[in-house]
Amino acid sequence: MPGILGRKVGMTSVFGADGTSISVTVIEAGPCVVTQVRSQEVDGYKAVQLAFGEKKEKNTSMAMQGHFKKANTTPKKNLVEFRDFTAEFDAIAELGKEIKVGDIFAEGDFIDAVGTSKGKGFQGVVKRYGFAGVGGQTHGQHNRLRAPGSMGNASFAARVIKGKRLPGRMGGERVKTMNLKVVKIMPEQNLILISGSVPGAKNSTIILQK
Amino acid sequence: MADLMKIVEQELASKRAGIPSFKSGDTISVHVKISEGNKERIQQFQGVVLYRRGTSTNGESFSVRKVSNGVGVERVFPLLSPSIEKIEFVKAGKVRRAKLFYLKGRQGKSARIKEKLAAVKAA
Repeated sequence: MPGILGRKVGMTSVFGADGTSISVTVIEAGPCVVTQVRSQEVDGYKAVQLAFGEKKEKNTSMAMQGHFKKANTTPKKNLVEFRDFTAEFDAIAELGKEIKVGDIFAEGDFIDAVGTSKGKGFQGVVKRYGFAGVGGQTHGQHNRLRAPGSMGNASFAARVIKGKRLPGRMGGERVKTMNLKVVKIMPEQNLILISGSVPGAKNSTIILQK
Repeated sequence: MADLMKIVEQELASKRAGIPSFKSGDTISVHVKISEGNKERIQQFQGVVLYRRGTSTNGESFSVRKVSNGVGVERVFPLLSPSIEKIEFVKAGKVRRAKLFYLKGRQGKSARIKEKLAAVKAA
């Protein structure tokens, strides 16, 4: 799927043509640089590698410096490969080419956003897995309102089954939100407004793809 | 980063500039576009502003209350909504709080708001 890399700026709301208020996420998407082109002959699959976000040369290894030099660009923070698309491939796949948000998406498209969700820390099963909890505060529930309940069966198994959903660390993982509508593209500022929310904190890197 | 956010919200800034300043307690008349079929007409909704919230964001909204045929009617409008043709300032009210929820249960004498007269400068 063709896509682009961006940085989450924040959320606001805009008005649609019929006067409805649409909550949107503002993303500064691109410009990205093509730093590598994967080909069927050499790599066994077709893909483009896009780079986004400035990085200091002193924080870049010599190997990566050489990689960026090949594409005739400055060191970049994030590198992501986009593969499995043919229609727009030839227009994009050119080493060192600058890709802007308007080249990939148009207003009205439905796209997916991939990000790293906000870390929630150590959470119980009610928040983490949507367990219902005990369900009442009275009838002698004492202090077990949000407890996970039974761990499993008795004499058969006689152990807790692997994969049992229990409390633990939540968030801070890769999340993809699908079918978000592109409300608006502002090419001069490299901004894209996407209807609804997008995983991750402000300033975090977001992968947008069709 | 904040600057990029401003660029997005800037687009409605001219609309914001065209709206008269009003606050809770004031009486205003909101000219609302109403589309019936493919016809569009304008209806006025005049009443007391109960509150404004989400100030200085695109999502800013306000609530207007009026008593229509003895029934209290309240409408919440997004301030920058395209369905608002214009907002007309009628009179300023003298109130001591920002959210006038206490008006909701009241009628008659106790639901009145004193008019705030513009301070006359001694010439």
